[in-house]
Amino acid sequence: MARITASVYTSHVPAIGAALDHGKRDEPYWKPVFQGYEFSKQWLRDNRPDVIFLVYNDHATAFSLDMIPTFAIGTASSFVPADEGFGRRPVPVVQGHPELASHIAQSVIQQDFDLTIVNKMEVDHGLTVPLSLMCGQQDPVQGAWPCPVIPFAVNVVQYPVPSGRRCFMLGQAIAKAVASFDEDLKVQIWGTGGMSHQLQGPRAGLINKEFDNAFLDKLIADPAAAAAIPHIDYVREAGSEGIELVMWLIARGAMADITGGKPPTVRHRFYHVPASNTAVGHLILENS
Amino acid sequence: MALDKPYQDIPGTTIFDAEQSRKGYHLNQFCMSLMKAENRERFKANQRAYLDEWPMSEDQKQAVLSMDLNRAMALGGNIYFLAKIGATHGLSFQQMAGSMTGLSEEAYRDMMIKGGRSVQGNRYIGEDGDAQAQHQPQGASRGKAGA
Repeated sequence: MARITASVYTSHVPAIGAALDHGKRDEPYWKPVFQGYEFSKQWLRDNRPDVIFLVYNDHATAFSLDMIPTFAIGTASSFVPADEGFGRRPVPVVQGHPELASHIAQSVIQQDFDLTIVNKMEVDHGLTVPLSLMCGQQDPVQGAWPCPVIPFAVNVVQYPVPSGRRCFMLGQAIAKAVASFDEDLKVQIWGTGGMSHQLQGPRAGLINKEFDNAFLDKLIADPAAAAAIPHIDYVREAGSEGIELVMWLIARGAMADITGGKPPTVRHRFYHVPASNTAVGHLILENS
Repeated sequence: MALDKPYQDIPGTTIFDAEQSRKGYHLNQFCMSLMKAENRERFKANQRAYLDEWPMSEDQKQAVLSMDLNRAMALGGNIYFLAKIGATHGLSFQQMAGSMTGLSEEAYRDMMIKGGRSVQGNRYIGEDGDAQAQHQPQGASRGKAGA
C-alpha cells in the first residue's frame, strides 16, 4: 500500500533558480538562502521517496488565459521545463508517475473535488525551483531528479483562488487516494510558494515576518486554524502573492494527524528575508 | 447583486480578478506570445508593429511601450504575464517590481535587504504607510483596481 511519509514546504522564488543556474550560490546575497537547505538535501538523500506529489502554481506558463483550471493534476510520463521568457532552465526533464497520478485523479474526483486532468504540460519555476533547492543543482542531461514527480497545479493567479479550507480538505482527499494505491510506495507531498511577498503595484516589496512565523507555528501545531485564514488576510497581511500559502495547506491536510494519526515530527524549519522580492520559508514534517 | 470584492480597500494593490482578466485578455495573451524566442526577437526588432498584430487598446499598447507596469495592471495586465515583457528586455522580477514603487532600483533592492516594506500603515487605504497614494510619486490616480 502506498503511504505519505513526509511533507515539505518551501518557497519557489524564480530568482533562486536563476542564482543556481548562473553559479551565484556562494555570493553573500544568496549563501544564507542555500545554507537553509543544506540539512534538507541530506534529509532527502536519507529519506528518498518513491514519488513526490508536488503542489505548486503555474505562473502563466502552461496555462494562459485560454484555460484557468483551479486544480490540475499532471498524469503525463514526463514534463519538460518551460521557456518562461528567458530560455529554459538547465535542469533535467521531470519524470511523472502516470499510474499513481491517474489513480489519485479518479479517487479525488470521486471524493467531490473536480480536478482537471492534464496529459501534456510544461512545468515552470514553481515546480523546478523546489526540486533544485531540495536536490541541489542537477545537470540537465547527465543528471536526474531522485524520483518521479506528480505535478499538481493550483490556480493562485486569477481571483478567486481556492480557499485555504478547501485546500486543506483536498489534502485529506489526496492522502486517502494515496492510501488506496496497491503498490508499496513511499510518497512525499510538497506544498510550495509564499511566504509573504507582493510583486505588483506601489505596495510591491511587502514582507511580514510576524505573519509568516505565526503561519509556520499554526501550520505545525494548529493546522485547522491555519486553514481557516480567509483570502483577505493573506492579501492584506502577506501581500497579494502571499496568497500562494494556501498551497501549503494541501500538503498539511495530507498528514496523518489530520485524520486521527500522531502529530508530525518537525525535522527542519527555516526562514529568511529576502530572496529577490520574497520571504523564504521552509519546513519538513515527517509522519511518525 | 454585486460581487464580493473585499480587497479593494488595500493601498497600492490591484487584484487580478475576473473583471481585470476580461479587460486584459489580449494584453496578457500578447505577453504569452513572448515565451517563444522568435517572437521575442520580432517584438524587440519593432515593438509597435508587433503590438499592432494584437487587438489591444491603444492605452494598453502605450503602457507596454513605456513599460509603465502600474498602468498595464490597471488596464487588465497580470504581473506574471507582464513579467514576460520584462524577461524579453532582460529585466529581473525585482527590477520590474521595483519599477512600480516609485523607488530607484538600488533603493528598492536596499529596502528588500533590510527586510522589505512594512505592513504598518499599508493595510488599508487612508492610513499613512509608504505605499499610500499620498506618499507615492505616481499620485492618487494609480495603484487601485480599475484606476
